[in-house]
Amino acid sequence: MRAGLAWTVAIAAPVAAVLGALSVGRFPISAAEFWLLVTGRGDAVDPAAAAVFWNIRGPRVLAAMLVGAALAGAGAAFQAMFRNPLASPDLLGVSAGASLGAVAGIFLGLPIAGVQGAAFAGGIAAVAGVGALARAVRDEGGDPLLVLVLAGVALGALVGAVISLLKVFADPYNQLPAITFWLLGTLSGVNRGDLLAAAPPALLGLLVLVLLRWRINLLTLGEDEARALGVPTARLRAAAIAGATLATAAVTALAGAVGWIGLVVPHAARLLGGPETARLIPLSMLLGAAFLLGVDTLARGAGRTEVPLGILTAALGTPLFLYLLARRRAA
Amino acid sequence: MSLLACEGLSIGHGSRVVAAGIGFALEAGTVTVLLGPNGGGKTTLLRTLLGLIPPLAGRVLVAGEDLRGMARQAVARKIAYVPQAAPGGFAYRVLDVVAMGRAAHLPLLAQPGARDVAAARAALARLGMEGFAERRVTELSGGERQKVLIARALAQEAAVVVMDEPAASLDFGNQALLLREARRLAAEGHAVLMTTHHPDHAFLVADRVALLHGGALEGPGAPAAMVTPERLAAVYGVPAVIGELGGRMVCAPLLGGPD
Repeated sequence: MRAGLAWTVAIAAPVAAVLGALSVGRFPISAAEFWLLVTGRGDAVDPAAAAVFWNIRGPRVLAAMLVGAALAGAGAAFQAMFRNPLASPDLLGVSAGASLGAVAGIFLGLPIAGVQGAAFAGGIAAVAGVGALARAVRDEGGDPLLVLVLAGVALGALVGAVISLLKVFADPYNQLPAITFWLLGTLSGVNRGDLLAAAPPALLGLLVLVLLRWRINLLTLGEDEARALGVPTARLRAAAIAGATLATAAVTALAGAVGWIGLVVPHAARLLGGPETARLIPLSMLLGAAFLLGVDTLARGAGRTEVPLGILTAALGTPLFLYLLARRRAA
Repeated sequence: MSLLACEGLSIGHGSRVVAAGIGFALEAGTVTVLLGPNGGGKTTLLRTLLGLIPPLAGRVLVAGEDLRGMARQAVARKIAYVPQAAPGGFAYRVLDVVAMGRAAHLPLLAQPGARDVAAARAALARLGMEGFAERRVTELSGGERQKVLIARALAQEAAVVVMDEPAASLDFGNQALLLREARRLAAEGHAVLMTTHHPDHAFLVADRVALLHGGALEGPGAPAAMVTPERLAAVYGVPAVIGELGGRMVCAPLLGGPD
């Protein structure tokens, strides 16, 4: 598809998702009212709707977009770096580590901010641990990517076991439902404070990926070719992993472990804008923001009880993924 | 001063020495062909010269400077690498692939700008590939892909061009075209080092020929002195004949065998 069309779609999608999300709920906000609110002429809008906009729906819309953009952008970077279309942001254990942090936080009865902080720290610590493990067992001249991925798999299994152990010991009436909900991901109850805490690290991580996007593309050529082109591959990869991990850990602390986005959205972006990572990373971020906002709006508006995000992203993401696979084979 | 030189070089991985005592120098305007059997260490030597693996002993000098102390980007400004064009891979646009050669000249956070795109287009034009700029590399033939990779090396603007078996997957016609490009690169002032499985290619393009086998490098020397029936039998283990055909030397293996 032509580049201009790809960008038009990628910018129109989040705009449409925002307008759709605002219009769903007990106080529907129209596009015209939205415009009045953000241009400082909110007096003309129903005060109850305005309060909902500023305190509840607005932060939730921004949080959904931040989570979608971070997971999809990190996924696109990981797929390029690991030269594997099956790579997703949790490949090196960031989601597993964040889950362990959050589950431990819930188990210890920490307040919400404490759980979020433990999740963020757990995600960063897991990837740092995987990096250290890979460096310790790497042999000279061996494939650095393979060792990294295997270390991620090993640490992920260990972390999964600890999470299961905590679930066994958790209070089945209070803690276990909270743990289960957190592990499936949700944005219900996100407020302005949560958003303001998660946004700086998430945006900083995304900024690193956006700035390095052309260099990350060179990593798709493989170690020897990239280095012969003048790329210090080990340092570049470390920087890109740090950026992706920062963004993923921050949004996982905010929304829980939302799966599938980081894997599926980059494939959709690739179909739209081609395989070139310099285009793929920003396109994935825009489409990811639109996709998760759409999913969250559905979670909010579809039933009487909110469906966890992870269930909806898998339910919607799987058919989308299969459709993309079929399109790719036909092309 | 030579564009690329090595002294007392031992190559290999870890504690396993593949070849030792290697020393030669590459001059501007020359094509050097590296011959040797499979597993003889040709690729290991190229990777050592490119700084992709460290030498086990000795040193590599890039325009007089020790490779070991140089940053990756500084090396890439002096030596370009043309890998064998493999099928598959990502469906990148040809112009985007050639522009990747500009990484050696761009700051870390920069994207290729108008000047870099112009350099990439000029590199494609020099290979007669300007019409392919908007195509996807996955749609190209093996010969066309190899030319795209040569264009990328040109966009890199490095004086030394190292090619690893660039002719290996090409048909008869494309092999001839590729060898002509190697010759032209040398005529434009590059120092070209290429490996090949075909001793014949040495007669076609080489100013000098080196043989890497049995843990040592022979030469480089003049093609007529290096590619002889005796040497080919020693290196490849099959008898061969060399004679004149169409005004130049050619070589062909003899099958022999049980008759």
